[in-house]
Amino acid sequence: MSVFVDGSTRVIVQGITGGEGKFHTEGMIEYGTNVVAGAVPGRGGQEVAGVPVYDTVTEAAEAEAADASVVFVPPAFAADALFEGLDSPLDLVVAITEGIPTQDMARVNKRLSEVDTRLIGPNCPGIITPGEAKLGILPGNVFEAGNVGLVSRSGTLTYQVVSNLTDRGLGQTTAIGIGGDPIIGTDFVDALAAFEDDPGTEAVVMCGEIGGEDEEQAAEYIAEGMSTPVVGFIAGRTAPPGKRMGHAGAIVSGSGTGTAESKIEALGEAGVPVGDTPEEVADSVEDLL
Amino acid sequence: MRLHEYQAKEIFADAGLPVPDADLADTVGDAVVAAERIGYPVAIKAQVHVGGRGKAGGIELAESEEEAREAAESILGMDLKGYTVNRVLVEAAVDFVDELYVGITMDRGAGRPVAMVSTRGGVDIEEVAAESPEDITREGVDPAFGLHPYQARRAVYGAGVAREVAHDVAGVLTTLYDLWNARDATEAEINPLMITSDEAVVAADAVMNVDDDALFRQPDLEAMETDSYEDDLERKAGEYGFDYVRLDGDVGIIGNGAGLVMTTLDLVDYYGGEPANFLDIGGGAQADRVANALDMVFSDPNVEAVVFNIFGGITRGDEVARGINDALERFDEIPKEVVVRLAGTNAEEGMEILNTDLVEVEGTLEDAVRRAVENAEEVSA
Repeated sequence: MSVFVDGSTRVIVQGITGGEGKFHTEGMIEYGTNVVAGAVPGRGGQEVAGVPVYDTVTEAAEAEAADASVVFVPPAFAADALFEGLDSPLDLVVAITEGIPTQDMARVNKRLSEVDTRLIGPNCPGIITPGEAKLGILPGNVFEAGNVGLVSRSGTLTYQVVSNLTDRGLGQTTAIGIGGDPIIGTDFVDALAAFEDDPGTEAVVMCGEIGGEDEEQAAEYIAEGMSTPVVGFIAGRTAPPGKRMGHAGAIVSGSGTGTAESKIEALGEAGVPVGDTPEEVADSVEDLL
Repeated sequence: MRLHEYQAKEIFADAGLPVPDADLADTVGDAVVAAERIGYPVAIKAQVHVGGRGKAGGIELAESEEEAREAAESILGMDLKGYTVNRVLVEAAVDFVDELYVGITMDRGAGRPVAMVSTRGGVDIEEVAAESPEDITREGVDPAFGLHPYQARRAVYGAGVAREVAHDVAGVLTTLYDLWNARDATEAEINPLMITSDEAVVAADAVMNVDDDALFRQPDLEAMETDSYEDDLERKAGEYGFDYVRLDGDVGIIGNGAGLVMTTLDLVDYYGGEPANFLDIGGGAQADRVANALDMVFSDPNVEAVVFNIFGGITRGDEVARGINDALERFDEIPKEVVVRLAGTNAEEGMEILNTDLVEVEGTLEDAVRRAVENAEEVSA
């Protein structure tokens, strides 16, 4: 079982003619993802990586009966691409683009509240259901099908934790990179709720980091009665206040909100074991299953 | 990107916000000339990015030419919390009867902007927010419409701002929002917004932070950025295009991906070491980027040992290993012991390729960090 994407998901790539878009489209197809079209203004009628390109997302979605898109459009044009994705007949838009201005995302966020489409990202590695489909840039060979759900704000940290799991034979139902920006679509609570409803997911790993209050909200959600056990990891314990640690969203404010301590404490109170190292996360998952 | 007070005030003034008459000076002579032109009393203010400048002696009032000279002499060149003061803003001192706070920022939780007003200006607003949040009135802003004038009025009256100045303060708030929006700011604040005895409002301080991701469409702000770097290594990181944060420890850290680099820092601390920096080299690991990253950590005199942790996803481990070998060969001498750990696609091939005459290799993240911490301890011992 899985959440949000599986082998039947029909995928459009927005920005398929760019270097990144083309490269990762080939990677997605090689992994077995059902990529059915590309959408790039002015490039309708072309073919990239064996799939037809359309001028608009709506045209692509209607012609190929697509239900999801992956966005590789550069930051200056990405918000427009997201609006287009949200205004087309799709269930899911996955935004890989890093560096979208925060004010653009505030406007996208406003639109998101008015539509039923789910957004994952931006500034994220994407989503993968091992053995079925990957929408994004995740290295497929690190993942293995199984019964652990994973949700993370970071890319390479996800791969690290997943490889700790996979090395012990702990495969994954679906792994979701929700992104490291201050304003994102799908958050921890959305992902945890989806895993809670997925009968195939028997444990969930959530990898958080400093900044914002998403992890605290997730702890609240878990405490309110999530039945699937959750194991946590929080990056940024040593981060000084006021310094942005790479991700736009990874910053402890001057007044001390968004600290790792606050997140670890909140998760601890919700009964979530939080590993000190990625290895300890795998230990805890092994104990739970 | 964080603007200096004088830069923010120029932008505020251009937008029509009331700021005091002021000149920037980088010598004592220029500061005195400025004070004479403006007329006394003047405030002489250090232009460095540290909080609590006043308490630390970075702001002084001067009533005469002699006092202006003394103040400029004491502030210019002073060390303010580790930063040398190279410039002062000489500004007409405001005779105020009240101090307010007005600010615009992004409310992350709500995913939209928020406008804030408080009658407790002139003090650390984050302290006010923590101790008595009810003293700050907030208005969530729909980014599709901007801050409606009625919202500005509601915030101002709700905060209990004196009726005589409420209209002007509401005007300042809407102008500040428009500026925040137009200039891709993450924060725009006036603290204090001073109220004078003749009921005028004046922005006595100005804070403006700009979204780094939006600088591509704010070319004039981007041009200002170079004099906002205060640290040579941070400047270098900017030139190389790395995400870099300097810390106080002695274990240099290079990695890819913010979350994994942060985790590497945390593990250094967990195993008893002290991280010297956060350095994310991003995707790929071509020899040039690796060499630049090594150059960065080697130029930090505090660094005694280095851990290099790459999780190759799309980039293959063997390519990364070749990049590291090429980069290391460019140094006549490797000044600090470097421990490398590769994981992910083709990691095993990569580890075989790594030149172990130049680097130490470890198979897991935990082992690599432990080894680097031990290396740093040995050097310090």
